[in-house]
Amino acid sequence: MEENIIEMRHITKVFPGLVANDDVTIQLRRGEIHALLGENGAGKSTLMNVLFGLYTPEKGEIRKNGKTVVIKDPNDATALGIGMVHQHFQLVHNFTVLQNIILGAETVKGGFLQLAQARKKVADLSEKYGLKVNLDALIDDITVGMQQRVEILKMLYRDNEVLIFDEPTAMLTPQEINELMQIMKDLVAEGKSILFISHKLNEIMAVADRCTVLRKGKCIGTVNTAETTKEELSEMMVGRKVEFVVAKEDANPTDTVLEIKDLSVAGRRSTKKSVHDVSFKVHKGEIVCIAGIDGNGQSELVYALTGIMPAESGEIIFKDRDITKETIRNRNLDGIAHIPEDRHEYGLVLDYTLAENLVLKKYFMKDFQNRGFIDFPAVRKYADRLIEKYDIRSSQGALSVARSMSGGNQQKAIVAREIDYDPDLLIAVQPTRGMDVGAIEYIHRQIVKERDEGKAILLISLELDEVMNLSDRILVMFEGGIVGELDPKQTTVQELGLYMSGAKRNDMREAE
Amino acid sequence: MIILADILGSTILFGVPLLLVALGGMFAERSGIINLALEGIMITGALFGCLFLRNANLVGWGEVHPQLAMLVAILLAGFVGALFSILLSIAAINLKANQTISGTALNQFAPAFAVVFSWAIQGRGQTTINIPSWIRITTANFGFAPSANPGFWETFIFKSFYLTTPVALILFIASYVILYKTRLGLRLRACGEHPQAAASVGVNVYKMRYIGTTISGFLGGIGGLAFTIAAGSSFQSTVAGYGFLALAVMIFGNWKPVSIFFAANFFAFFKVISSYSSNIPFLPKFENIKSSSYIYQCIPYVVTMLVLIFTSKRSQAPLAEGQPYDKGQR
Repeated sequence: MEENIIEMRHITKVFPGLVANDDVTIQLRRGEIHALLGENGAGKSTLMNVLFGLYTPEKGEIRKNGKTVVIKDPNDATALGIGMVHQHFQLVHNFTVLQNIILGAETVKGGFLQLAQARKKVADLSEKYGLKVNLDALIDDITVGMQQRVEILKMLYRDNEVLIFDEPTAMLTPQEINELMQIMKDLVAEGKSILFISHKLNEIMAVADRCTVLRKGKCIGTVNTAETTKEELSEMMVGRKVEFVVAKEDANPTDTVLEIKDLSVAGRRSTKKSVHDVSFKVHKGEIVCIAGIDGNGQSELVYALTGIMPAESGEIIFKDRDITKETIRNRNLDGIAHIPEDRHEYGLVLDYTLAENLVLKKYFMKDFQNRGFIDFPAVRKYADRLIEKYDIRSSQGALSVARSMSGGNQQKAIVAREIDYDPDLLIAVQPTRGMDVGAIEYIHRQIVKERDEGKAILLISLELDEVMNLSDRILVMFEGGIVGELDPKQTTVQELGLYMSGAKRNDMREAE
Repeated sequence: MIILADILGSTILFGVPLLLVALGGMFAERSGIINLALEGIMITGALFGCLFLRNANLVGWGEVHPQLAMLVAILLAGFVGALFSILLSIAAINLKANQTISGTALNQFAPAFAVVFSWAIQGRGQTTINIPSWIRITTANFGFAPSANPGFWETFIFKSFYLTTPVALILFIASYVILYKTRLGLRLRACGEHPQAAASVGVNVYKMRYIGTTISGFLGGIGGLAFTIAAGSSFQSTVAGYGFLALAVMIFGNWKPVSIFFAANFFAFFKVISSYSSNIPFLPKFENIKSSSYIYQCIPYVVTMLVLIFTSKRSQAPLAEGQPYDKGQR
């Protein structure tokens, strides 16, 4: 039998003004986990979309088991046994797990759904691969980790043998990531072959057999992970040496900037409070990090601080003034900057240009106003300055539509806008989510620089590495309350994990 | 008691078009297309249904086979409605036009077309199409003569009984089964919620949306005929805003067939109350107001607004409704 189950040879895919894949060749061996590594915009997703039939390449050919095949659409890919878990899950929110799995591959008798048969097959698969799901739960009601298991079951239900995972860990908690790694190993043990897109080096080293690195659309090389190091991989990916641990001096905290007293926030869906009786302080010149597993009240805490959601009770004191009931704009003007968790929902107006987005918190100020009209030349000049200073890359500079920019550059734009605001308090929620090492390094440096200039930083992060590297003080949130305060220099990832999962707690009510 | 039977019978009579048209709206929206053209679809469906009945009457065939003629009229109204809805599909699905504007355009077109067409067919400035009286199902159809003094059940069933009622009941059950028990229904609903997800597993979103809108047109056309029959003895190129009322019923019914069934009868009940206001002894008469009947005639519309204000907050519209689907966009 052919050693390579899939071979993509000399693939070239051109978009207007951009060569996304330039003569890329990649071979997937039967029964291996093959990682595809590259920065944002390196062409990883494009290559996989070519394999899955979403794009047609200009040049090159695809071989399955040594035979040339033509893949025009996802149906062709499915017929060839190729399945894909997309970065954004393709699940119907108000369907049950079972309905989502069978959609498009239903067993029917005269047009009527035969669910019993499908249920049995899915239950068997879920048993065989240890993919625990509740078949009758609605997608709305299950965790992101379980949604991902549903996506995997979708591929298995279609008897796919080549499984593509497009950045599967971006939305998962550390525990869920470990589970996924195990599932992937089990899958290859059962004879499946996996293509795994990622820019997280730890995961690639942990799970992949081989790794192909792409940079700016070109194939840099394929290496065995057993014979390489993280440093070598990141150098291949970025083209230069990368610092993993951001260099920073000890913190030198001074005056209190933000003080929260017994803050509670109502739940968004249930009647249960999502934040209850939280108190802490943030000082000038320190980075306070709120760690915790996603969904333990961090988002709601930030919403209350920034004014997106009202506080139910308690006080928010900013620079010695109670701002609990203040409007969002006044909080901004007062000196609170916010790098939001969801850059599409709260960070950018996607159909506005980059320049308009950069001036979103300032357009009403005198500098940008001309007798009640927006002074566009001034806006343009300001935007060009930020683009230059923060190295925001896009196809048409200040006039690019935000939607057309890559995720990493969208995030850079938000960081530029918020930091240039010269705030007293910077609230950064998962500022490096979904970004590659080069961009992470950059954003971490910016945050430390702000701290060194005497700003107060409140960082909310799910990434343990980020929490440990960046913070001066760690507060752990669990089920809406703060369960521990830790010093990153004296704690370990393991101890942090125990607090995050609720296994360990200090009574923080009295502590300052 | 007789008046109660009368009111309940009429409620069903007016509930039928609301039910059919709201179910039609549901099929379109569940596939992702907002069908604002329901009003226009009702008018075109009713126009052709009524024209057929008029001609069947003129040649004398209809009087001999009244229910067969009625069945053909119903099917014709549905067919024409489905055909008319394809105009919306072309605009909304193929051309990716704004669905609100396309629907409104069709609503403007339909009554004007109906007036011109009725005049052209009938001549002599005649824009009203008279509906023959033989379409009503009477006790004679069941082999007994009407009582001199009809009781509750006889009034309830036979005062205003048309073939559209049993047909609507069958279509209602069929709608439920199609939406929830078939492959078509599963795929259709997926396209209304998350078309990209449906496409990623090989479902043809365009096809599903065409099917949804066409079913919508079919039900809307029949609904138009059912309304015209319920409202009087002639077609005057209008359905009095019932297409929009049906959309309200659909929203109140939360895009679910069974809830829509109850919502339709709820609204119909208020409609009937308003038209029977003068015959119901315990309703106040507002002596000082010249025509108090107008106050009662407002009721269904006022109730619509109130109900929507209080229920629309928890309504669960299909997530992708109104958004044109583009294969290239991700």
